[in-house]
Amino acid sequence: MADTVAGASPDPHASGEDPNRRDFIHIAAGVAAVGLVGGLAWPFIDQMNPAGDTLALASIEVDISKVVEGQQIVVKWRGKPLFVRYRTAKEIEAAIKDDHADLRDPQTDESRHKPGKAQYLILIGVCTHLGCVPTFGGGDYGGWLCPCHGSVYDTSGRIRRGPAPLNLAVPDYSFLSDTKVKVG
Amino acid sequence: MSGHSTYEPKTGLERWLDSRLPIIRFANDTIVTFPTPKNLNYWWTFGGVLSLMLGLQIVTGIILAMHYVPHVDYAFNSIQRIKRDVNYGWLIQGMHANGASMFFLAVYIHMFRNLYYGSYKAPREVLWILGCVIYLLMMATAFFGYVLPWGQMSFHGAVVITNLIGALPIIGPSITTWLWGGFAVDDPTLNRFFSLHYLLPFMIAGVVALHVWALHVPGNNNPTGVNVKSKEDTVPFHPYYTVKDGFAISVFLIMYAVFVFYLPDALGDAANYIQANPLQTPQHIVPEWYLLPFYAILRAVPNKLMGVLLMFGAIGTLFVLPWLDTSKVRSMRYRPTMRLYYFIFILACLVLGYCGAHAPDDMVIPGVAGPQFLDANLNSIVWLSRIAALFYFVYFWVITPLMGLTETPLPEPESISTPVLSHPASAPAGATASPEKRG
Ligand code: HEM
Repeated sequence: MADTVAGASPDPHASGEDPNRRDFIHIAAGVAAVGLVGGLAWPFIDQMNPAGDTLALASIEVDISKVVEGQQIVVKWRGKPLFVRYRTAKEIEAAIKDDHADLRDPQTDESRHKPGKAQYLILIGVCTHLGCVPTFGGGDYGGWLCPCHGSVYDTSGRIRRGPAPLNLAVPDYSFLSDTKVKVG
Repeated sequence: MSGHSTYEPKTGLERWLDSRLPIIRFANDTIVTFPTPKNLNYWWTFGGVLSLMLGLQIVTGIILAMHYVPHVDYAFNSIQRIKRDVNYGWLIQGMHANGASMFFLAVYIHMFRNLYYGSYKAPREVLWILGCVIYLLMMATAFFGYVLPWGQMSFHGAVVITNLIGALPIIGPSITTWLWGGFAVDDPTLNRFFSLHYLLPFMIAGVVALHVWALHVPGNNNPTGVNVKSKEDTVPFHPYYTVKDGFAISVFLIMYAVFVFYLPDALGDAANYIQANPLQTPQHIVPEWYLLPFYAILRAVPNKLMGVLLMFGAIGTLFVLPWLDTSKVRSMRYRPTMRLYYFIFILACLVLGYCGAHAPDDMVIPGVAGPQFLDANLNSIVWLSRIAALFYFVYFWVITPLMGLTETPLPEPESISTPVLSHPASAPAGATASPEKRG
């Protein structure tokens, strides 16, 4: 019945409940439209992710021969500060002593530097609370003190007091030579 | 807006909203129940195409602005970075650059449609003038946009066009300096052009809203040019024209996609792949294809000021067209002589475009040493542009007013429905029996 009058019926709903050619074309058109919009949406969203050249610049080499014992240098890596700290024997000792203290984010000092390179502590200099840059040497533990909300880090960069939830992050890095480090 | 609302809020929420902000009623009246002449052909689908293209240009443009750097030292490279490094930047940049061409293609079809079917005549003059405003804004937007990649053609195109203003007596030079923000087209110019290029599309969108408003008061014209006389002459916009527009848009998008994916640089100029160099002009300065006819008119005149005035006059003429046309008959279907001039007019526009793309001294017919006439060889692009430009103005200022007074039009149908019903081949019975055999 639907077939014989299909061309004559101007009423789009006249053909009843059965799945028929009209339903098929509705669904097909709808799917095509959704596919098109979806297919365009992803490129439009993904364009905001880091671009090829941004990713290509994502690793840097740092010459650490300039860092003086007891001091740190700050270099920019992926737009953020990177702390390279040359720790004194006393500072290392203090860090190891606290390995089993009551830590909020328990980690041993050893796990936070490369084997045999305990003097070099390399950290992302971003407070894990809300992203400020902690001040070198501040706080009761001789590590860092965040000026924004008072988070205190020890000489291993572990959180000891204040609102920050985690230790200062250790980035991926490796020693290319005794004086050169590749970060990222 | 107008009095024909048939919207009835169904749920409580819709009723609540309808008495506060009748936005669903508005959408319903504009794109669902709007009574539309039942005989609109595919030339009426380009308004929909244009709306879509405007939307796409705005979306892709906003994205490009996230990565583009409006500075003479970085602009060129930032576009290269978009094409190479930004995720899908090649797609978005390609859509935007080719989208401009598609937008103009659609707008030209839309405008020529209006000329043919007399859609600019009463009571649609305001609708037409708003269209002309949109067209002006589109050209300005395209010009500013073309400057942004800061290639050779961008830079020297900007130099040439801004110098046009300098042709105005007395105030010209100070206006040019004001436009530049310096002694030449430079960083301040690029910055303000970027700002304006971002602004104008939103102004276009605003004028489009007025345009559609002005459309919905008198309603659509139609291929017969005869007014809608009864309900029998119309069908609701949805589903009849949503589907027809949707189909046309799909076909248009396929053509657009062919350019974006297979010919992304076909419409661009090779010189624009060289970074702008203020110390050297490219061999041959040409605008984008959609501005070529006006460029040809500009160059056809040996006097700087006159050239500029004529070029703007060519656009200005469009604004007064509704009052130049004296014919009572809208559609050229019933004006056989005028129709002939109309097709010559299209030809003249194409010839002007052709002339705009060639150097003024180029020969029209290769190898024929034509005679010198006044200041140039007769067989040169200059003279061809002069003839075509002359026809452009004569068409609007002489032929259009005179024809309306002198021609004998063919009889117009009683109503939109009569030609359909009286035509034996398209009578409903035949349509039902074998619609596929009617070609
Ligand atoms: C962004 C550009 C534009 C958009 C989005 C747009 C949109 C529309 C839409 C949706 C319609 C109704 C459907 C149709 O007839 O195709 C329409 C009709 C019309 N437009 Fe445009 N338009 C644009 C540019 C122009 C320009 C540049 C002109 C003239 C210079 C113009 C003159 C008209 C006229 C006279 C009508 C009425 C046609 C009729 O009812 O027969 N429009 N426009």
